[in-house]
Amino acid sequence: MPGRRLLFTALSLPLLLTGCAALQLGVVNHAGPVAAEQWHLYLIVAVVLVFVAGPVLLLVPLIAWHYRQSNKNDAYRPDWGFSWPLEILVWIPPIGIVIGLAFLLWSATHSLDPYRPLAATQPPLEVQVVALDWKWLFIYPEEGVATVNQLVIPVGRPVHLSLTSGTVMQSLLIPQLGGQIYAMAGMTTHLNLAASRPGVFRGKNTQYNGRGFQDQKFDVVATEAAAYERWVSRVQTGGSPLDKAALSQVTAQSVMPTPKLFSSVPPNLFGSIVAASTQESQR
Amino acid sequence: MSTPIWPAVLGRFEWRDLPLVRAWQQPTINELIGAGAGAIVIIGAVALVVLLTVTGRWRWLWSEWLTSLDHKKIGIMYVVIAFIMLSRALIEANLMRLQQASAIEAPGIVAPAHFAELFSTHGSIMIFFMAMPFLTGVMNYLVPLQIGARDVAFPLLNAIGLWLTGAGAALMMISLVIGRFSTGGWSGYPPYTEIEFNPGVGPDYWIWAVTLGSIASTIAGINIAVTIYKMRCPGMHLMRMQMFCWTSLCTAILMVFAMPPLTVATALLALDRYLGFHFFTNALGGNMMNYANLFWMFGHPEVYIVILPAFGIWSEVVSTFSSKELYGYVSLVIATMVIAALSFTVWLHHFFTMGQSPSINAAFGIATMAIGVPTGVKIYNWIWTMFRGEVRFTVPMLYALAFMMTFVLGGLTGIILAFPPLDYVVHNTTFLVAHFHNMLIPGTLYGMIAAYTFWFPKAFGFRLDEHWGRIACACWVIGFYLAFMPLYVLGAAGMARRTQAVMEPAYRPWLYAAELGAVILFCGLVALFVQLRVSIRSRDANRVAAGDPWDGRGLEWSVSAPPPEYNFAHLPHVEQRYAFYDDKRKHAPYARPPHYQAITMPKNSAVAPILGIAGAATSFALVWYMWWLAILGLLTIVATVITRSFARDIERVIPADEVARTNDAWLEAVALTRPVPRELETGRANQGLAKVRA
Repeated sequence: MPGRRLLFTALSLPLLLTGCAALQLGVVNHAGPVAAEQWHLYLIVAVVLVFVAGPVLLLVPLIAWHYRQSNKNDAYRPDWGFSWPLEILVWIPPIGIVIGLAFLLWSATHSLDPYRPLAATQPPLEVQVVALDWKWLFIYPEEGVATVNQLVIPVGRPVHLSLTSGTVMQSLLIPQLGGQIYAMAGMTTHLNLAASRPGVFRGKNTQYNGRGFQDQKFDVVATEAAAYERWVSRVQTGGSPLDKAALSQVTAQSVMPTPKLFSSVPPNLFGSIVAASTQESQR
Repeated sequence: MSTPIWPAVLGRFEWRDLPLVRAWQQPTINELIGAGAGAIVIIGAVALVVLLTVTGRWRWLWSEWLTSLDHKKIGIMYVVIAFIMLSRALIEANLMRLQQASAIEAPGIVAPAHFAELFSTHGSIMIFFMAMPFLTGVMNYLVPLQIGARDVAFPLLNAIGLWLTGAGAALMMISLVIGRFSTGGWSGYPPYTEIEFNPGVGPDYWIWAVTLGSIASTIAGINIAVTIYKMRCPGMHLMRMQMFCWTSLCTAILMVFAMPPLTVATALLALDRYLGFHFFTNALGGNMMNYANLFWMFGHPEVYIVILPAFGIWSEVVSTFSSKELYGYVSLVIATMVIAALSFTVWLHHFFTMGQSPSINAAFGIATMAIGVPTGVKIYNWIWTMFRGEVRFTVPMLYALAFMMTFVLGGLTGIILAFPPLDYVVHNTTFLVAHFHNMLIPGTLYGMIAAYTFWFPKAFGFRLDEHWGRIACACWVIGFYLAFMPLYVLGAAGMARRTQAVMEPAYRPWLYAAELGAVILFCGLVALFVQLRVSIRSRDANRVAAGDPWDGRGLEWSVSAPPPEYNFAHLPHVEQRYAFYDDKRKHAPYARPPHYQAITMPKNSAVAPILGIAGAATSFALVWYMWWLAILGLLTIVATVITRSFARDIERVIPADEVARTNDAWLEAVALTRPVPRELETGRANQGLAKVRA
């Protein structure tokens, strides 16, 4: 649909210009199919909302000014307080708009459900995410490697994140790739996304979890498939293992400004973290 | 210095719990700010005590105010609490914005833990100890006057609600002086607020302050609802009530049903923290999702609790200052009721990102959009009220116009957030912060300030200064746009809320603008205080003793300003909506009643102050594990309630001739008052008698 694409571009152009650098960090500058669809959905809703708010924004100043007390050239009907046509006008069209938006909302919520696997020819990259104080642990179960505060993904291939928390509730957001989901101890949530172009995108925790909260950011590095494979083998051979000592260091409360890479991961680490937090108090 | 002092008496108190001691040991800017705040509270309290002692006002304060069961005085005291707490929370907001503006790739001035206390107290205060007391105070003051009643249904319960609110607010203030407040935000989500992760006193301060506030609001809701159901004067059918009474009724119903989930949530969290239960812990079967549901089952109706009274206020203000009947009374009543009912069906939109199925998210998203319809109807009804009217741009009307223009923008972003896929992108970011401030500042805060300006002459007998009122209004409006529009941009750029430091230099211009806006908002508050001071000084020139400075419609304008303790010398008998307005045009509203009768009013009671002080002491003791004081406080509460139930002599009779004397004197004064046309209502000619066109 090149026409629609053009319309979107035309609509988003002024925003891009005025939003300056800050908005480049957000969904406006989307870098994946999920965020792109979210942005398109936003533009559709925004256009509808112009028609919802427009009349109010026009009528309030116009009517207030026209019927100001000092203007003696207007009608004054102090006892007028009801009109069926106006009543129909203020109830029916808004109800119609909401019904229309409801259909859009229903289908968009299902198609953009974070649990819904992305359509693709290749199987998704599985990544297990553990929210810790104040860092993110990313486990690549199929590759047998893990990272802290760096999520490297291949461009074009869907990524399926399974999330849990080793501590309090947190929330993972990658604005340019789309989606946000809570990570809760003893439970697993899911987030499906993908990058459509190479780049470095900021991810973060948005749920306050203590004094290191503001530093709990990570970079999502999207690279071409070949570069991704090279990165995996480099980590597999070059890094240190995520053994007991390293794990206790990672799970302790701390801020880790530079990413860490681990060449091997204990089997079913993610599952054991999910199970452990429901068993007993960690105190 | 880090061991408890006399644990049997002082519980877990240590010297380091005093911010002054912390600042002495570690004189950083961060600690000095904390110590300064504590010092302000102490100095303020001492100054108040000295002032009362020097002027010999203790007895007056006790008998005229603190023990009074007069709904009007209770209402005024609620508003006083609201203004004090508004001042503190607005200063905290300024500090947060200053921190963010100074912490772009830099540490800033406030440490992370302190910053977290700031956003937690700011939110908790603004909701529980600013918005709630303000609207409860306004309802308290107005509802009996508007329905033609001499008092509320439960005068003592009313005072108890006030004192419990005061106790909660006092606990918030004490947390500045002793210990630290919670860092868990105003919503206090576990497991972060569980003892495993936060063993300190902070979450306990939050739990007990909010518990006191929530019980007080439940009480207030019961009282207002019963008052409206049972105390209306003869002829005051439900469909003849002022719109403010309707919105108050809906608010009261919401309070009765929405506050208990909060009380339950905080009580369960307290059981977790004090007795090792596992309602919301990570381990042993606890589940924080239950807390999220309970909290927002309160939290969403709460949004409408704070907005509906303002909708009632706008209805009164727009109609009065357009010299015109409120458009679409019936449809406004229906819209209010629909909003009240729907408000219980949308709580899940506060956590679309918790992993539930898309069908559930979609259902709650659609319900959320549906609330927009009756809300939009209300806005249009106010527009049609101005249509073919004569609009006067007085201060309350300026707030009303700013509200309508601004609230619509908040509604738009609300619809955006109601779409789960769009919510995923901006949930927990400053976009959300901007959205709810966009609803609450124009909606609730402007509404409350408009009410304060509009009914102040009724309560105190003189008008507020118009000039400073306009300055304040300009500050609140300009400040709002500067402070919160940038937050929409920052949220769309992915800036998480509650962020103490920022790593993205691209955020800089927006954070600077927001900081400037916060300063202007603070100027708005200062302007309000200046306005009050100026108005008190020139009060003799601005008296409106006749009681009707704005050509009002409701019964509250038909009595003197300030009204007598019993409101109506002779209970009105109404035969239509806006009876007083019609009386002014067709009959003689200021006629002497054929005969006067003795009036029975409730006697002053020390029960509420005792319960409030005991409640505060018990809560404080629970925070600090001072078990002896907690038991003592609880025993005092139980003993007071039992003793009160035996009290027989609780009423006071005002003799008929005293009523006659007061009322006749007022009627004589009214007869000598020169009626003022609307063009001159903001000038000194306005003595509270409206000149009406036949």
